[in-house]
Amino acid sequence: MSEPVLHVDEKGLYCSAGDFHIDPWRPVERAVITHAHGDHARPGSNSYLCAEPGRLPLVLRVGDKVQTLAYGQQLKINDALVSLHPAGHVLGSAQVRVEVDGDVWVVSGDYKREQDPTCDPFEIVPCRVFITESTFGLPVYRWDPPTAVMKEIVDWWLSNAEAGRPSILLSYVMGKTQRIMASLASLTDCHGRLFAHGALQQMNEAYRASSVYLPEAPNPLDMGDGHDFSKALIMAPPSVAGTSWMQRFIGGVSGRASGWMRIRGRRRRLALDRGFVLSDHADWPALLRTIFETNAERVLVTHGSSEVLARYLSERGVASEPLEVNRWGEQEEQQ
Amino acid sequence: MRRFTHLFISLDETNKTNDKLAALSDYFKAAPPRDAAWAVTYLTGKRPRSPVNAGQVRSWVQEAAHIPEWLFTESYSGVGDLAETVSLLLPDPGKGSALSLSDWIEKRLLSLAGEADEEVKKQTLLGWWSELDRPGRFVLTKLLTGAWRVGVSQRLVTRALAQSLGIQGDVIAHRLMGGWQPDDSFYTMLSSADTSDADISKPYPFYLAYPLDQKPIALGDIEDWLTEWKWDGIRGQVIKRQGQVSIWSRGEELVTARFPEIEQAAAQCADGTVIDGEILAWSTEQDSVMPFGHLQRRIGRKTVGKKLLREVPVTLMAYDLLEHRGEDIRELPLEERRARLEKLINTESDAPTLKISPLVAAENWQALENLRQESRQLHLEGFVLKHRRSPYGVGRKRGDWWKWKVEPYSVDGVLLYAQRGSGRRASLYTDYTFGIWRDGKLVPFAKAYSGLNDAEIREVDRFVRRNTVEKFGPVRSVPPELVMELHFEGIRRSTRHKSGLAVRFPRIARWRRDKSPDQADTIETIMALLPASERNR
Repeated sequence: MSEPVLHVDEKGLYCSAGDFHIDPWRPVERAVITHAHGDHARPGSNSYLCAEPGRLPLVLRVGDKVQTLAYGQQLKINDALVSLHPAGHVLGSAQVRVEVDGDVWVVSGDYKREQDPTCDPFEIVPCRVFITESTFGLPVYRWDPPTAVMKEIVDWWLSNAEAGRPSILLSYVMGKTQRIMASLASLTDCHGRLFAHGALQQMNEAYRASSVYLPEAPNPLDMGDGHDFSKALIMAPPSVAGTSWMQRFIGGVSGRASGWMRIRGRRRRLALDRGFVLSDHADWPALLRTIFETNAERVLVTHGSSEVLARYLSERGVASEPLEVNRWGEQEEQQ
Repeated sequence: MRRFTHLFISLDETNKTNDKLAALSDYFKAAPPRDAAWAVTYLTGKRPRSPVNAGQVRSWVQEAAHIPEWLFTESYSGVGDLAETVSLLLPDPGKGSALSLSDWIEKRLLSLAGEADEEVKKQTLLGWWSELDRPGRFVLTKLLTGAWRVGVSQRLVTRALAQSLGIQGDVIAHRLMGGWQPDDSFYTMLSSADTSDADISKPYPFYLAYPLDQKPIALGDIEDWLTEWKWDGIRGQVIKRQGQVSIWSRGEELVTARFPEIEQAAAQCADGTVIDGEILAWSTEQDSVMPFGHLQRRIGRKTVGKKLLREVPVTLMAYDLLEHRGEDIRELPLEERRARLEKLINTESDAPTLKISPLVAAENWQALENLRQESRQLHLEGFVLKHRRSPYGVGRKRGDWWKWKVEPYSVDGVLLYAQRGSGRRASLYTDYTFGIWRDGKLVPFAKAYSGLNDAEIREVDRFVRRNTVEKFGPVRSVPPELVMELHFEGIRRSTRHKSGLAVRFPRIARWRRDKSPDQADTIETIMALLPASERNR
């Protein structure tokens, strides 16, 4: 049997026919990046390749050694044929299709199947071997339609505003924040009432420069002393929880938007007032549906509940095993 | 059911006590008395016997969700709460139910309890679940299987009722204690202006000592204080009214039938007598208290056989008198109450089963401190200091009564196994098993779940995930690297534990980053902590 198209070495997922790594965790010669989240795009490599719409966010993360490919466009890298396909996770997120001697492997990166106004929808890419994420790989994770969750967020904001309490919504710097802001724009009038923490401004600008429409959201600190935030929604990164930055919004109510909010215990551990179950990852049914739709004869599972999902697939007759791409063996709990 | 589900969600969504209080108070203002009574019954953990058990719930949910048992177990381990796991796994939520909470309980849950056919039970429960939306399923399953964990205490419920009914908190507390039934008269019963409640078995709320968090010298002149040993038994209130004896435990449970010796002794007291004291296993030969482990044999049973009565006789160590000749004397100064108690026990009852908790005499605080060190050998936990002129209050208040406990036992153990926690620690590795050295090997010694702060818990969680050696179902073994100082209250021999020892209330005192595993304790040093009588066996 010939060498597999992809395997894990000490720096990451490696393609020997093409001599490149996918989402390496250590600096390499050539890195193909699925998306610009910190655990997938690490600085220090000599060159980076990503999908065209993801260029600006990736440049923010790793500098300007970034080349791009349009979705679906093929590129020959040594003996491998590489193309990138929408993963629906965040702006510019891609699945990596690698073909070597007619053998097709697809690395999903992180993905979701729901509509997201800030990125292209997920596309099924038929393959022989599918490497899937499994962040929410337990059957307890099933998402409500995003429109319903967005309505919950708006209702929460409006009822806080009525009570004269600022709403502070915590979400990831890249992706979730912009998805919420873009969705809000079509649901309610944000003008003068929507703000974004300073740490979000750069990424918001990168999205706008990539032609994603986001409503205006100035930094609350630029509003001058005594500004009234009692009817405002303030977007902020999760790291501000419990800091003095929060305390400036007197009477403020805090919420968090994340798939992890499905679990009460996690929500309560964060000592927040409210959790919204809104994820950029596939839930359990979407993982299974996607895996079956790719028609893959072999499935390797990474990132999250890899053992659980691999065992379940095996019992359902799909050859599957966990693939540990994280050098720690298992990811830490994400917050 | 909708209103109660909404209450539950409101309680769950906030971590501010005032918001919880407001949510409860709003609920009591809106809910019919019968619903409110059931809500109180469940929120304070007094639910009636469930028609189904957790095992049945698990297997029916696996079937309904089409998942294998191992996947249910993985899910449960990730969620940390059975009812929540159920609500997340069941497919196709329904619209919710317009039936009231009391109808749900009385017409459905309680009537299902009489059903013998398991298949009928299963189909009934599946039908209920399919009727309800996700929060409703969660609340129903909680009603069936267990603990609420929403940060609502008996005290908070009492305050909310007091607020919504406009009645004093301690009157509510008193009336919530005894044997009321959840029915339409709930609010009337609670808000009656006549406080001479007819219920002859009704106890008074217990007054609890506050842990002493300063040097006793700060309490002032030792002459102002009455010092008693802190007994290691079960707090109990013994009531004799209209010819009838009732014994209540601090868990507000009527335990009269479990302690017939005390019942007989108290029967000799005059009507209108209420004594507060400690129920203890007492060795008549040695005339001293037996270790708590013996008393545990008496606690687990509703009725006791002759053999057990002979092997583990109990006694009431009385320390306060709350009602005397039918009069509530809780407002009298302690020294006056105690004088009456001594007189009463010396004259009215000659049974040796009623004793008076002796006062410990010491000239000054230093002398008392020296005596405290002897507590362990006497199977005692330290002292309780009570102000001479203190009234008998309600609940745990700072100021008049202090417990001054002896230092706990301390041992350094090595982390061997970890399991994920529940509630707000769901999915984090927080439940640990520690080992000690025996013949050059680490043997499991004690489990401890508490004592680390959130940052430390995260650090250990990360350690466990990165260093797992083996997985045994939900349990992971780790390399023996982390050393923690464990504290516990008691130690005895046990054939059920690998180390041959069992400890009481083990918890983590601190993480000993300064120690390497080989510096952890050995079985020999721990054996030396056993009481002399158990050491050489």
